[in-house]
Amino acid sequence: MSEFLQHLVNMLVLGGTYALLGIGLTLIFGIMNVVNFTHGVLYTFGAYIMFIVVHQLGLNFFLALPVAVLAGWLLGAAIELTLLRPLRGSDIDTTMLVMIGAWIAMQSGALWIWGGVAKSVATPFPEAPLVLGPVSVSWLRLFVLAAAAFLILVTYLLINRTRLGRAMRATFQDHDTASLMGVNVDLIYTSTFAIGSSLAAAAGALLGPVYVIFPQMGDLAAVKAFAIVILGGLGNITGAVIGGFILALAEELGAGYVSSGYRDAMGFVIIIAVLIFKPTGLFARSERVG
Amino acid sequence: MRAALTILAVAALASVPLWLRDPYLLNALITTGIFVIGAMSLNLLLGFTGQLSLGHIAFFGIGAYVSALTSLGFDIGLPGGFRLVHEPWPPILGFVLAILFAGTCGYFVGLLSFRVRGAYFVIVTISFAEVVRLVALNWVELTQGPLALTNVPSIALPLAGVGELTLRTKLQNYYLVLAVGLIAYLLIARLVHSHFGRAMRGLMENETLAVSVGIDVTRTLTLAAVISAAIAGAAGSLYAHYIRIIDPEVFAFINTVTMVIMVISGGKGSLAGPVVGGLIFGLLPVALRPIMAPEGQWIAYGGVLIAILFVLPRGIVPSLAQRFAARRSGKTPLAPVALAETGVKERV
Repeated sequence: MSEFLQHLVNMLVLGGTYALLGIGLTLIFGIMNVVNFTHGVLYTFGAYIMFIVVHQLGLNFFLALPVAVLAGWLLGAAIELTLLRPLRGSDIDTTMLVMIGAWIAMQSGALWIWGGVAKSVATPFPEAPLVLGPVSVSWLRLFVLAAAAFLILVTYLLINRTRLGRAMRATFQDHDTASLMGVNVDLIYTSTFAIGSSLAAAAGALLGPVYVIFPQMGDLAAVKAFAIVILGGLGNITGAVIGGFILALAEELGAGYVSSGYRDAMGFVIIIAVLIFKPTGLFARSERVG
Repeated sequence: MRAALTILAVAALASVPLWLRDPYLLNALITTGIFVIGAMSLNLLLGFTGQLSLGHIAFFGIGAYVSALTSLGFDIGLPGGFRLVHEPWPPILGFVLAILFAGTCGYFVGLLSFRVRGAYFVIVTISFAEVVRLVALNWVELTQGPLALTNVPSIALPLAGVGELTLRTKLQNYYLVLAVGLIAYLLIARLVHSHFGRAMRGLMENETLAVSVGIDVTRTLTLAAVISAAIAGAAGSLYAHYIRIIDPEVFAFINTVTMVIMVISGGKGSLAGPVVGGLIFGLLPVALRPIMAPEGQWIAYGGVLIAILFVLPRGIVPSLAQRFAARRSGKTPLAPVALAETGVKERV
């Protein structure tokens, strides 16, 4: 029983960052209809920004997170402006392949710049975990959960309470009509991609110090993000949050009770099962953002 | 005209080992040829039914593992204390089994994944390939996991009355790959010009209309998936017996991407496309090797993929064919210059 409680606690910590990853991808996928293969690279990028700020610039650990969010935002906007905007109106396969090209080039760029040796980030948190009865959790992981929850809340408010968010939701429903009503659709696309990318970078910056940082770390993260989006339904933020926690639970239980070798297979199994049995996602009430 | 070109191309490819003595280049040509066969099988799905499968390497890898395990033998425990022991068989049987097994997998994957379309289809196929990779990595008793299956025997061709011919040298393997590639090419060509090929293209262009004129969507797509997977399995088997070592990295996503790039750059839906694109991208790393670090090569690889999609979205072969046809009919194609002069944007 105590083992199960420990799995639940781990699931909460992991699920928070998975939710961040999933929200970023579901916004891009839902609003722009782009299968964003660079999402994992943005996750890697965020983790390396964390490493640079803490170790190469010698600045504060807590400052690194906002820097990573900002850097992810800028890189995302740059990708959208240079690669996606010129291809507006092409079919989904073309943009998908262009994103694959960008992913290969950027991941190899990371390998070139930082090398293949995994890096770890020193954190200001004490080594000793917080012990609550039968379960223990490290302070770093608690901080990761709190920061992820905060970022999810900010994104939720941004989508549901601001003018930009309303324009994004309108574009998701019908971009032609939104355009006729005076929404600058190009600007919405760039903002959506930038926001989604900054969330991926934030997830990388948060999980990087928990594990280690290496150029290919984003590959699995991207697949997990796809699993979460498929679980939660396209463009569904609440679905992405729930999907993130379901995936984390499946991985924890799979690693704990089946075999740790198959931990990372859970995401794929979920993708295949959901698409076969309920292709609209588990929580699709209606097709909308929010 | 077309037949003459094909015969000329085959003759040119067959003459290569006569004047090319460099073993490194010959090796690059053999592995490129194997991947070109994989790309041709992917083109059957991508170019003629419009389904972008990004898990195609799964069938290639399954073919490689089935063929290697058939010829090496294995001894695994089953639930309930039973053991499944397989004595080594001749590699040529491994090649046949690889085709059958990969084709069967193609049937079941097709049956399940064609329920969804577009981006979802892509993601299901990626997931399938990754699950297979994780099984190959973790089922150590059967596959040796990351330690790899080593000493895979070379393919031996039985010769009537004489015994058998073991294909060990690069030269022999070059002609083996060329022969299998030619058979695959002719098979696909025959297929796409048949009634079945017209059904596939009808589906790609307008699924609703195709259904309304009586084309069985599931049957057509599944049959295409089976043939495509079987050819990819044959390529995987050639790979296993040529490289003679096989590990779970064969399932790496980048290998699927390589095949996709070969098809897209050469021209999807064109029979010669994957061959042209495959030769370019298979030999690009060889050309870049003296001047770039491996990371640089991959950056260039990604950059070239993006550039092709921007400049030649339909691929090299269809673009050239169009230009050639326009010149023969005496009309110049719609030149970008003329459009620019009239003030119309080239990309509408």
